[in-house]
Amino acid sequence: MKRVRFWGTRGSLPVALVAADLRAKLAAALRGASGRAFADDADIDAYLDTLPFDVAATFGGHSSCVEIETGGTDYVLCDLGSGVRPFGQAALAKHGGTPQTYHVFMSHVHWDHIMGLPFFTPAYLPGNRVVVYGGHAVLEEALRRQQARPSFPVDFAAFKATIEFVRLEPGQRHDIAGMGVTLKKQRHAGDSYGYRFERDGRSIVYSTDSEHSLADMKETDGFVEFFRDADLVIFDAMYSLVEAISVKADWGHSSNIVGVEICQRANVGHLCMFHHEPASSDATLARVLADTRRFEEITRAGAPLTITSAYDGMEIDL
Amino acid sequence: MELASHRYGDVVVAAPVGRIDHANADSLTAALAPFLDPADGAGLLLDFSRVDYISSVGLRVLMLAAKTLRTQQRKLGVAAPTTTVREIFEISRFNLILDLSPSVRDGLARLSPHAVATFDAARPAGAA
Repeated sequence: MKRVRFWGTRGSLPVALVAADLRAKLAAALRGASGRAFADDADIDAYLDTLPFDVAATFGGHSSCVEIETGGTDYVLCDLGSGVRPFGQAALAKHGGTPQTYHVFMSHVHWDHIMGLPFFTPAYLPGNRVVVYGGHAVLEEALRRQQARPSFPVDFAAFKATIEFVRLEPGQRHDIAGMGVTLKKQRHAGDSYGYRFERDGRSIVYSTDSEHSLADMKETDGFVEFFRDADLVIFDAMYSLVEAISVKADWGHSSNIVGVEICQRANVGHLCMFHHEPASSDATLARVLADTRRFEEITRAGAPLTITSAYDGMEIDL
Repeated sequence: MELASHRYGDVVVAAPVGRIDHANADSLTAALAPFLDPADGAGLLLDFSRVDYISSVGLRVLMLAAKTLRTQQRKLGVAAPTTTVREIFEISRFNLILDLSPSVRDGLARLSPHAVATFDAARPAGAA
């Protein structure tokens, strides 16, 4: 596996950067540039690189969709949130009408994880093949139903690509698209599934919409083993710890603190926080990232754990 | 985990020691149980000056203790956390739900005027 690319990183509901947000960023950038002259575009880029991420950029607002570049010819995706729309456009721009195969691994079928499919243009083109994998019996029904009237004007039958559904058994290793794939059932309303992908000695875990019960150490130990020695773990860090175990207990999500603790115990190389709370601003997410890195630093017992916070368009090379 | 404790008026000060993590959180829960007895009626102040580290599981124990006391109209305070533990409280946002104080005396003062007066009376003049 070569690279992970994030097309959608927001939890529960897509969000947009609004005019006031953008204006605040511009004002901060201009204040920082006061009295400074820019000779050319390179000068401007150099200045922008000095600004904090939450001033010069944005975490973005598409709901969950992550691409894994395996090194093979087929595409591999996790979830069909709104981020799959720009992914589809990018794939079309690259390949035109040349048929492609898309393997899609579904964490679950809640709305924010399936809402992008009706806007996934490659699914409408004959010759393409879309294989949807998951642990839920209702996978196909859920995807068909969201395009049934009166919810959407274009029925599922309008897809001219070959659409296949494959139900995977948790706990078993499946060989798909040149990878070893293992599922694990997670604590979430209606269940969700985490995936561990392995190829060429590299491993990635995609574990979103997963609450970790601090009252059940055996369950936590199971996740430590699932994450064991992974190069990258993409982790649902939607809430602060205090929210996750008090007012938002049983909402099916986890925290940055628990992500660090499990990854430290599992000897993970890189923790990428994912499924951001829609109410969180860029400044809030940047502060959470800084706090989480500090938490890792003060609790570190072994090798350092790299910590990032996913944003739409982010790439992680493995 | 054994908790050394001392009663100052209507507040009990209990002092856990060392790391509080998944290995001993159950032990802390058991050690706190006597102080959560509704028959007691006293406030509880945890002296954290000798706690090196607290994990998410340990923080959950504190939250449940605070919740139990709240249902009894009693209060939980945490006093004198080390720099590391204070940072953990802040990063986990537990500082938003715990009554934190920089010292045991300050913690007693927040919980009960009677308790801090008892504490002051028990200390030699000029002691912190």
